[in-house]
Amino acid sequence: MKTALAATFLAGLAACGPATLPGEGVINDPSEVQNREVHAFNVAVDRAIVRPLSVGAGNAVPEPVRQGIGNFADNLDQPRYVLNNLLQLRIDDALANTFRFAINSTIGLGGVLDPASGIGLHAEATDFGETLHVWGAPEGAYVVLPVLGPSTSRDTVGFVVDRAMNPVRFFVEPPESYYATAAGIGGALNTRYRFSDTIDELYYESADGYAAARILYLSNRRFELRGEAQDDYFDPYTDTYEDPYAQ
Amino acid sequence: MLNKITPTRRAFLGLLGGAAALAAMPTQLIAQSVNAARALVDALLVDLYALINAGRSTSQLYSDFETLLNRYADLPIIAQTVMGVDWRRASNAQRSDFITAFRSYIARKYGSRFQELIGGTFEITGARQIRNFIEVTTTANLRNEAPFEVIWLVSSGSGQLKFFNLVIEGINLQTTERQEIGAMLDRNGGNIDAMIADLRNAS
Repeated sequence: MKTALAATFLAGLAACGPATLPGEGVINDPSEVQNREVHAFNVAVDRAIVRPLSVGAGNAVPEPVRQGIGNFADNLDQPRYVLNNLLQLRIDDALANTFRFAINSTIGLGGVLDPASGIGLHAEATDFGETLHVWGAPEGAYVVLPVLGPSTSRDTVGFVVDRAMNPVRFFVEPPESYYATAAGIGGALNTRYRFSDTIDELYYESADGYAAARILYLSNRRFELRGEAQDDYFDPYTDTYEDPYAQ
Repeated sequence: MLNKITPTRRAFLGLLGGAAALAAMPTQLIAQSVNAARALVDALLVDLYALINAGRSTSQLYSDFETLLNRYADLPIIAQTVMGVDWRRASNAQRSDFITAFRSYIARKYGSRFQELIGGTFEITGARQIRNFIEVTTTANLRNEAPFEVIWLVSSGSGQLKFFNLVIEGINLQTTERQEIGAMLDRNGGNIDAMIADLRNAS
């Protein structure tokens, strides 16, 4: 009965349809002044701690080991993906992620290896921010979170809910949960190392690193949420130019 | 190691077909030729991988990549779009200087990342007409990466079939560079010549 009620509730929410995504290049950043301060802080943290650590670890730890730590951390994200897939009523993705988790947790030696990707079963990554989008919540304002970086008001709520309801929290206890946290940090450092050229370029070489990170984040985030839907491309040969940055 | 790049001899034949069509048909018709756009991207990828695997010196690589961009990209329209409203107040000399500086900047910026493509493959996974242009979708399979989507927007609006935008996982070249050039203009108090000078030094 409870399950039936929950299913009806979800079906109702999903029936509202996803929120409309803002157009290409559209930016809603009412807290730009504060956001720029947080961005400057994040760049300082990256320069002083994250970048040196990631380069140090990246050079000291052999690639297969780093890959293994990253895989282990990624695998622990799978249950959270499945939960959100279900809340979005995307049953195919939920099954794919469950299957992937099952393969990597067993044959993949607890998630250290990633045989699932080898057979083309890649993670259908998602989060509660996407669930909110599917339920009709609009993007909201652009937000830069301390250390974590670019987000939106909707996705910030999503982030908090994801941490709170992560199934792994309820099944893994200390000290194993510490390993999970450590792997998460290791995985993040590994990502910083692997994409060092991209992130360095963005943070340190762009004419305006803040604005560059903002448009990159928003474009990519909207792409993730758009799914199969059509992008509204600008055709420079026929469309009239409108300045999306005009105030 | 042989690169498992999908564009094949058939692609070249397709491009030849496309070129023949280019000579025979009025421009408007070609704009609708999905196959020609597909063949263009196919040929571009073949040339790109030939360049990447040629083991050129950095400066030679950048200059060869500029040549490749000239052949396959409509840089004047990209440059114009990227400059946005400021294009209107630019003189002809400034416009032409900007296009040259922008081409070289794009060659350096993207060319410096080519080592990430070594050993990877691009596969054309779709092509369709949208309004007056064609969207060619490719899937990039790079080492240690989940496959991701790279879209090429192709048009014959310039009189020749060329790509005018590139979209990687939703991040498009036009919007990203418009932001970057806008920031350079702001930094220089709206002075176009100073922005162009900045662009020449930008990586």
